[in-house]
Amino acid sequence: MSAVERIPILKIGDVLLASIQVDLQDRDVLALQEDLAEKITATGAHGVILDISAVDIVDSFIGRMFATIASTSRLFDAHTVVVGMRPAVAITLVELGLTLGEVRTALDLEKGLAILAELGERAPR
Amino acid sequence: MTIETGRSDNLADLLRTGAAALTARWVELAAAPLRGRLSPAELERELSELYGALLSGVDSGARDVAAEPYAELRGQLADLSRRRARAGFTPSETAIAVFALKQALFEFVDRDDAQGGLREVVVFSQLLDALGLQTFETYAKAREEVIDEQAEQLLELTTPVVKLWDGVLAVPLVGTLDSARTQVVMEKLLEALVTTGAAHAIIDITGVLAVDTQVAQHLLKTVMAARLMGAECTISGIRPHIAQTIVALGIEFGDITTKSSLADALRHALRRSGVDVVTADRRG
Amino acid sequence: MTGREDIPIAADEDVVRVRQVVRSFAQRAKLSLVDQTKLVTAASELARNTLTYGGGGAAVVELLGEGRRQGVRASFQDTGPGIPDTALALTDGWTSGRGMGLGLSGARRLVDEFELDTEVGRGTTVTVVKWSR
Ligand SMILES: Nc1ncnc2c1ncn2[C@@H]1O[C@H](COP(=O)(O)OP(=O)(O)OP(=O)(O)O)[C@@H](O)[C@H]1O
Ligand SMILES: [Mg+2]
Repeated sequence: MSAVERIPILKIGDVLLASIQVDLQDRDVLALQEDLAEKITATGAHGVILDISAVDIVDSFIGRMFATIASTSRLFDAHTVVVGMRPAVAITLVELGLTLGEVRTALDLEKGLAILAELGERAPR
Repeated sequence: MTIETGRSDNLADLLRTGAAALTARWVELAAAPLRGRLSPAELERELSELYGALLSGVDSGARDVAAEPYAELRGQLADLSRRRARAGFTPSETAIAVFALKQALFEFVDRDDAQGGLREVVVFSQLLDALGLQTFETYAKAREEVIDEQAEQLLELTTPVVKLWDGVLAVPLVGTLDSARTQVVMEKLLEALVTTGAAHAIIDITGVLAVDTQVAQHLLKTVMAARLMGAECTISGIRPHIAQTIVALGIEFGDITTKSSLADALRHALRRSGVDVVTADRRG
Repeated sequence: MTGREDIPIAADEDVVRVRQVVRSFAQRAKLSLVDQTKLVTAASELARNTLTYGGGGAAVVELLGEGRRQGVRASFQDTGPGIPDTALALTDGWTSGRGMGLGLSGARRLVDEFELDTEVGRGTTVTVVKWSR
């Protein structure tokens, strides 16, 4: 059995950023979910960005992770934005019939941060 | 030297007496490289027909395949080639149908007449056939590549993705949309979103004459895929009769933004990206 | 490289391996990037089903050549419990577990040919094919 691959989570201001660079195993996906939940509570972050520009497939398991992360972060008053989805991946997800629930998406990191900033302004704490 | 041997020739006799055995072996040899992609019954029907036409050509005494007695055979071969090409067979797989008869004939003759000289000629002639086929195959493949490239270039030309404004892309579609072309457009547009970072795209179908279910579905999927990537996609210029088709086909455009003209769609996109469009003050 | 590869599916990382092998076969068959992605995604779904519901098994990936077309066939086999109601299993959104019920039905939409062969108590084999255009 290979070890769980832990995806590094960076903190930029009050936003957490996870860039997925590896071909994810299901247990890596679950580990990321846990790590993010922990980090959100520990840091009080108001946003999560999942950068998937290096990901060449998203199947139902990974898609569900996005949705789960989004709804978990909502419990802690944080929003989730998935950025950098490749066209081929998007076309495939549409065909697969997957919807991403409360997940917001943006073309790139900059636009993802802008969305989070806007959401933060709209709901001042 | 002439090869016009007149009416009473050996070849016609040979083909006539050996008809049953030769056709059977021919079918067998021709079937092998096709690996079951054509039913034996179908192949047998095709080749028996060819054999009949060949025999009557040979029987006429003519040895020039361009001559009138071979007209029917030529027609049949042309049909066969077309059918094979449509079904995706390679040139070699197609030509083998003809060459296999040669092999059958050699085997047939070889049984009663095993002169050393003939055997070598036979072997060498088969070698040359194989080389000839190889040449032809490569040639055909190169031609096909050229044609594919041209088709692709044409597709590129007819589906330009243009930048209308900072952050707003558009594809004006013109003419008849088929499923393949729509798919190409879809991919090109989504790629352009990534390379330009534009968060708005407009698919303008003012110039489109008709859409079918598949095309409408592709358009819909493009919009959904763009949304998944984080961009907003508007469809503009849906003509009344196309709108009717879409409704009649039972396709749900749901919450997809549609605008009657490209200008409206652009105004919408600009407003969404925070640009205010105002009418210029003319007094000055 | 040969035209066929067998991959045992017994653990999480084997699903990743299946994806990689299917990807390389899809490239060899000159599938477009979108078609590669569709096929790899379908394979990922089916390999995971083999693991979770079939209790493990194997994937067989083959390169197909037919005239001018090339393609990839991937077959996922297990000797698990089988699927009692295939129509139900192929319904969008139906799951016997905690999935989203999109694996089988979605995979079918992503490929050109799809065959589900299953018998209760004996196991399940799902075979898919994708052709180059
Ligand atoms: N190899 C298999 N052996 C036994 N049952 C299977 C197998 N594959 C699928 N099934 C059954 O079919 C159902 C539907 O499968 P499908 O892949 O569509 O959804 P899921 O795996 O439940 O969820 P998802 O794939 O969306 O995460 C499964 O819940 C399971 O009951
Ligand atoms: Mg599944």
